[in-house]
Amino acid sequence: MSGWKTLSGTAVALPQSNIDTDQIIPARFMSQPRSEGYGGFLLHDVRRAQQGHPLDRYAPKVLVAGRNFGSGSSREAAVYALVDYGISAVFAPSFGDIFAGNAVNNGLLAAQVDEDMATSLIAAMGEWACEAEVDLTSGRAVIAGHDLAFDLDPVRRQKLINGWDDIDLTAQYSDQIKTFRAAHLAARPWAMPEI
Amino acid sequence: MSAAGTLLDKLWGAHEIMCREDGTSLLWVDRHLVHEGSHHAFAKLADRKMTVAEPALTFGVVDHYAPTRAGDVASDIRRMIKTLGGNARAAGIKLFDLHDPAQGIVHVIGPEQGLTLPGSLVNCGDSHTSTHGAFGALAFGVGATEVAHILATQTIWQKRPKTMRITFDGALGAGVTAKDMALHWIAALGADGAQGYAVEYAGEAVRALSMEGRMTLCNLSIEGGARMGMIAPDAVTYDYAKGRPFAPEDDAWDAAVADWKLLHSDADAEFDHEVRFDAAAIAPTVTWGTSPEDALPISGHVPQSEGAKNISATLEYMGLEAGMPLSQIAVDQVFIGSCTNGRIEDLRMAAKVLEGRRSVVPGLVSPGSMQVKKQAEEEGLAQIFVQAGLEWAGAGCSMCVGMNGDLVDAGKRCASSTNRNFKGRQGRGARTHLMSPAMVAAAAVTGHLTDVRPLLEGRI
Repeated sequence: MSGWKTLSGTAVALPQSNIDTDQIIPARFMSQPRSEGYGGFLLHDVRRAQQGHPLDRYAPKVLVAGRNFGSGSSREAAVYALVDYGISAVFAPSFGDIFAGNAVNNGLLAAQVDEDMATSLIAAMGEWACEAEVDLTSGRAVIAGHDLAFDLDPVRRQKLINGWDDIDLTAQYSDQIKTFRAAHLAARPWAMPEI
Repeated sequence: MSAAGTLLDKLWGAHEIMCREDGTSLLWVDRHLVHEGSHHAFAKLADRKMTVAEPALTFGVVDHYAPTRAGDVASDIRRMIKTLGGNARAAGIKLFDLHDPAQGIVHVIGPEQGLTLPGSLVNCGDSHTSTHGAFGALAFGVGATEVAHILATQTIWQKRPKTMRITFDGALGAGVTAKDMALHWIAALGADGAQGYAVEYAGEAVRALSMEGRMTLCNLSIEGGARMGMIAPDAVTYDYAKGRPFAPEDDAWDAAVADWKLLHSDADAEFDHEVRFDAAAIAPTVTWGTSPEDALPISGHVPQSEGAKNISATLEYMGLEAGMPLSQIAVDQVFIGSCTNGRIEDLRMAAKVLEGRRSVVPGLVSPGSMQVKKQAEEEGLAQIFVQAGLEWAGAGCSMCVGMNGDLVDAGKRCASSTNRNFKGRQGRGARTHLMSPAMVAAAAVTGHLTDVRPLLEGRI
């Protein structure tokens, strides 16, 4: 996965709170292989229930949403749907913990902004598209003319910038893992499943 | 290490291989549970030409797509199940396949088979992995990239969460359950109220819960935003685990219990956040909206929009009027099952309500595992459900998530013992009300959301 530092593009607002991963990608699409892309599944039923949904009128790279975005199911397919559609960053007051981890593992920025900022952004954006610029290095963004700071765990920031892959990273520690495994199991004769 | 530690500190310390300078820990995974949805992770592994590092610590089960009713199975469902079978065989992973007598929902069979043990770290690519924390395990759901990482290395990178203790003082009233406790705290703190925290449940009412009740409580932690929920193990825990197929035996068992007895938060341990509730004040609770935080006692009314909280879109989706009594909400169907409330005690409670009564709406009962199904049939519970007019199905995630085709039709309203009332969760346009299995049974009997307590009088 390649890393990134800045992006600029179109942003739209999804004013709802609690946009859970069942809404982001309904379960019935999850048996599909990724090869054909998951972008068409993004907010599939929500978009069809709402005439002229912003995702159908524009092709945004950035979303601004209400609190608790990506809550619920651990399905990484929700991140695949966002990324395959072309979304690179989501700004919201809070995110589901598992979603936020899945996001960074796929190069998607889940940027936390305070609730008041999210509310004013959403009000300023309305149902229209606006320009957004995001800088991971400084942790700042300009969206709809608002210059704002966003919160992102420094570890996640580094990972997004470098495009690090955890499996490669962990390989450096294989000796420590081996040593730990031996000691852990020796101290816990009960930890190996009995068959 | 400081003298006083929380349960989380102890579990974390026992699994931490190393901690990077940036504060991220590499943790050892004792049990990794996979299901049909793990296909993305197996594909990632295959792409990198890697193999499963610890097949003996990895277990597979068919649950999300498991057909629960007789009849034709759609080709994509058959393919999902076959793919898991192929991946498990290739990796040498023990699989609880569709017709295995131990098959069932991953969070039901893990404990049932003795795979889930106190003091262990349990991961699964499913958010309700918090269930296993009921044993005093460090258990949390992960995404597909993390599943691939665990398959490849038997480890996971995590930052230690903050700690929150939720204490339930006093005793629950009759007919009030762990499900009501969970909906109660989630309504109070919000669906993101425990985000970033590991929750430890404590207090007299938690100690009084059976192992199954504790699993229900921990299961729903994620609905309040907490990736992990946990309860310190005690005699209730050991009694449950002892003699299970994969549990330790003889000397290993004794060594285990000696270790497990140390797994509790020390008396002077400090938590980042503490919350207390009075268990006696909790009533049977139901949800009215499309988030688990939209929960109220059954005596309540559908709320109005207030200030910043505009709920008109929610009420429109749910087909409800602000101000109407919750007990006047008529349901079209009921569902009893899921990793939250598909265990034997859940079925017993529902059967107590339904015995000698008829459901006035159609409904499905899907036991959480084949073991639960067998036991329910032996105890005569299945017969009670069937005589009440409900359909008795096979084991799996079933109508909680609808992946196997057990769906609620658009616009239909379902009283459900499950965990998520999200828009479209039980099917496109479906309307879900979450509640305990006993409350679902009460809704079945009356045709609307109902306080179950009068229906249980003289029966519990």
